[in-house]
Amino acid sequence: MSLISAPHFRPEDSVRKIMLTTCAALLPGIAIYAWLIVPAILTQLLIASAAALAGEALMLKMRGKPLGLFLTDGSALLTAWLIALTFPPLSPWWLIVTGTLFAIIITKHLFGGLGQNVFNPAMMAFAVCIVAFPALMSQWPSPGLQLSFADQNRIIFGLSPLLDSIAGATPLDALKTALKREGTIGVPELLQNRQIYGALAGRGWEWVSSAYLLGGLFLLQRRIITWHAPVAFIVSLAALAGLLWWFDPSRFASPLFHLFAGGATIGAFFVITDPITGCATPRGQLIFGAIVGLLDYLIRVFGGYPDGVAFAVILMNIAAPLIDALTQPPVFGMKGKSP
Amino acid sequence: MMSKLKSDRPLYRFNGGVHPPGYKEQSTREPIAIAPLPQRLIVPLHQSIGGTPRPLVKPGDRVLKGQLIGAADGWISSTVHAPTSGIVRDIALHVQPHPSGLSALSVLIDVDGKEEWSERNPPDYASLTPDDIRRLIQQAGIVGLGGAVFPTHGKLTPSAKFPMEDLVINGGECEPYMTCDDMIMRERAEGIVRGAAIFRDLMQPKRVMIAIEDNKPEAIAAMRAAVQAVGEPFEVVPVPTLYPAGCAKQLIRVLTGKEVPVSRRSTDLGAQCFNVATAYSAWRAVCFGEPMISRVVTLTGNVGRAHNVEALFGTPIEELIALAEPKPDTDGILVGGPMMGFLAPDTAAPIVKSTNCLIAHSPDLFPPRAPEMPCIRCGECARVCPQDLQPYELYRFARARNFGKAQEYHLFDCIECGSCAYVCSSHIPLVHYFLFAKSEIWAREREKKAADQARDRFQAKQKREEREKAEKAEKLAKAAAAQAAKKAAEAANLGALDPEAAKKAAIAAAQERAQAQRAAAQPKNTEALTAGQQQEIAEIDARRAQAGVDHPESSS
Ligand code: SF4
Ligand code: SF4
Repeated sequence: MSLISAPHFRPEDSVRKIMLTTCAALLPGIAIYAWLIVPAILTQLLIASAAALAGEALMLKMRGKPLGLFLTDGSALLTAWLIALTFPPLSPWWLIVTGTLFAIIITKHLFGGLGQNVFNPAMMAFAVCIVAFPALMSQWPSPGLQLSFADQNRIIFGLSPLLDSIAGATPLDALKTALKREGTIGVPELLQNRQIYGALAGRGWEWVSSAYLLGGLFLLQRRIITWHAPVAFIVSLAALAGLLWWFDPSRFASPLFHLFAGGATIGAFFVITDPITGCATPRGQLIFGAIVGLLDYLIRVFGGYPDGVAFAVILMNIAAPLIDALTQPPVFGMKGKSP
Repeated sequence: MMSKLKSDRPLYRFNGGVHPPGYKEQSTREPIAIAPLPQRLIVPLHQSIGGTPRPLVKPGDRVLKGQLIGAADGWISSTVHAPTSGIVRDIALHVQPHPSGLSALSVLIDVDGKEEWSERNPPDYASLTPDDIRRLIQQAGIVGLGGAVFPTHGKLTPSAKFPMEDLVINGGECEPYMTCDDMIMRERAEGIVRGAAIFRDLMQPKRVMIAIEDNKPEAIAAMRAAVQAVGEPFEVVPVPTLYPAGCAKQLIRVLTGKEVPVSRRSTDLGAQCFNVATAYSAWRAVCFGEPMISRVVTLTGNVGRAHNVEALFGTPIEELIALAEPKPDTDGILVGGPMMGFLAPDTAAPIVKSTNCLIAHSPDLFPPRAPEMPCIRCGECARVCPQDLQPYELYRFARARNFGKAQEYHLFDCIECGSCAYVCSSHIPLVHYFLFAKSEIWAREREKKAADQARDRFQAKQKREEREKAEKAEKLAKAAAAQAAKKAAEAANLGALDPEAAKKAAIAAAQERAQAQRAAAQPKNTEALTAGQQQEIAEIDARRAQAGVDHPESSS
């Protein structure tokens, strides 16, 4: 019996439920990934999960926090999965482990643990690794890769080399190259190569993206996330992409391509919706999502990195508290008046 | 006839709100019972917002049922009456139904069982002026029975500046488990309508609406029938069941679209709201001369026989809940509903005017809260907050003891409805933090006020003393001067004989004068001590005020 204040009903939701439901919403994406791209993603998910839980347990112990309560809250697992799903799937095991430990130890616990971290741990892991290991972080399996699951695992564990014929750049990279080498080959012709680019934005990848979208809709339906950030992100990304595409379709890809390429959908529904590092007010979430969308486009099209979600999110993580402070909704009875 | 559960008038909605399970059905199966007379009553003098009534009886006095035993202390103060006849055994501090378990001055009555009424003079309603009626309502000790216990007469004056439009009779009763208003509406509908008519006569609103959550079809039907029977043009409006739609300001919003800020009176927006039970009691008072001495209390929870009883104020909680036959695993009694109520620190505390519900608590019905986790800013609390606050920010600031920021984020607009804590994914007892922050801010304000007062008092005293000193010095100087003049005159007389002596006398006189002035001007070292004492006294005053009044704003 507790002597603390009302209400005396116990809340139904819990951090664990939120985190694990979010993990569950990634499952369709993971399934398509394993089926259409490489089954080795499952290995990477296991590696990342193990590293995350180990790092989490270590830090909780060092910080004197109850292990049972926090280790099972699902937050480390979600971080691990997002890392595995955003890193190249044939990366060496130690790269995933390094990224995951960086996310858990530095980005999460050194900032104060669950709820206190300023930066999205998974995006931090991505950003740090792409700066530290640019080559490794740019090797994506070639479209239509024919390699057994065992061979893929051999690559991950460093038992066989990752050959250039197996791995290469992403569709986003190819477009960027095309944009820079002005004139040689236009974007429309490039994209006509269905072998590589599939129907929309990279063979197989467009389906993975669609599955993430599906998972995102599930989260919306379960009221784990709200529509504000994802919609703002999608609208702003599509608007900017549409503008440039309309301006010069020979050099810029269509909005549809951008929405289904790279980390756009996983970013929209699983990253910028992270409550801890994003905005909490509805208007704040709109602003947050919209700016991440713009920055993502600018980085992925004009910047030096294959995709911009991670950097855009990290930049906006810094701004989130300020945006929240500036977008406080009016309180009851104060609408239309300055509070 | 099946009652229509949809409102005819367009309704508005407030943001947020939650749908806790109702658990209401179990306590509505029996009609309202009359609780048996207890042996002893503990009647606290301070049962409403506002000043503490002065006791009018002394130990040994015989009191009659309905006799005034506590007189109002000012306009925003109510009266207290003897709930039944008996002998006043004592007027002493007794534990209160208050979360802090504090004690307050109470009249302890040994019940004689005769139920002998004091004189009741039902006045002739038609001959009463509005002021008469308001006074009558005050004299009958009528206060809001919805839980806020604001003296009703204080809410019955329309604003001079804003036309009165909407009079709302609140049958919302959105707290789970609680059914006292539901049962009153089912059984005493006509009295409620007649009470509402009295309020209408005083307030002269454009319309009167009796709002009832749509999970109470029986009450809606009964109220509709009563309105028709009495022939009043009141509207019975079913409102969607959504906690906390029964809070006055949320209900006014639902019915009229008007949003009354916490800092303003609803009459400023042309609306006023009274609880159904209050309307009923007002009718009994004005038309039968019966003061408020009892109320309907829901007894429910972990009990064998959940029902409502009409209980005298002053009945100990433990005696009352026993009527509902609590089950053996009961481990406490909740006073009020599960959303806003509290666990009685001591079940010897009495039922008072604000006690609407007693819930037997058991670990099965109310499993302990899961351990508190850090806030993950999921925003769920903000989405359900009916006051449009950001509870997670308030929590952050309260935790960091950054009370200035908490106020900037409208801490004092929080109505403590508990919706936020009800949904918090991290199981944070948010309301607990808000109460803590509020009480800290009040304590600081009181301290500051007390210090200011002490300083003002000290400065006034200093000024007075300075003035007195100056006067004294002047007097002394005058006396010395007179003395000196006299001496000089004497010396002059002598001088003829001895110029040396005259000179000496003049010097002595001057010295005397200077000394007198110095003595007057020298500060006494006791004054420093006095300032310290003043401070101490002020602090003691402040603490006393704190113990007696739990809501400083209430005195406004
Ligand atoms: S519901 Fe709880 S965890 Fe979520 S933002 Fe509010 S306080 Fe934080
Ligand atoms: S308790 Fe206060 S902050 Fe929480 S929901 Fe109610 S009004 Fe909002």
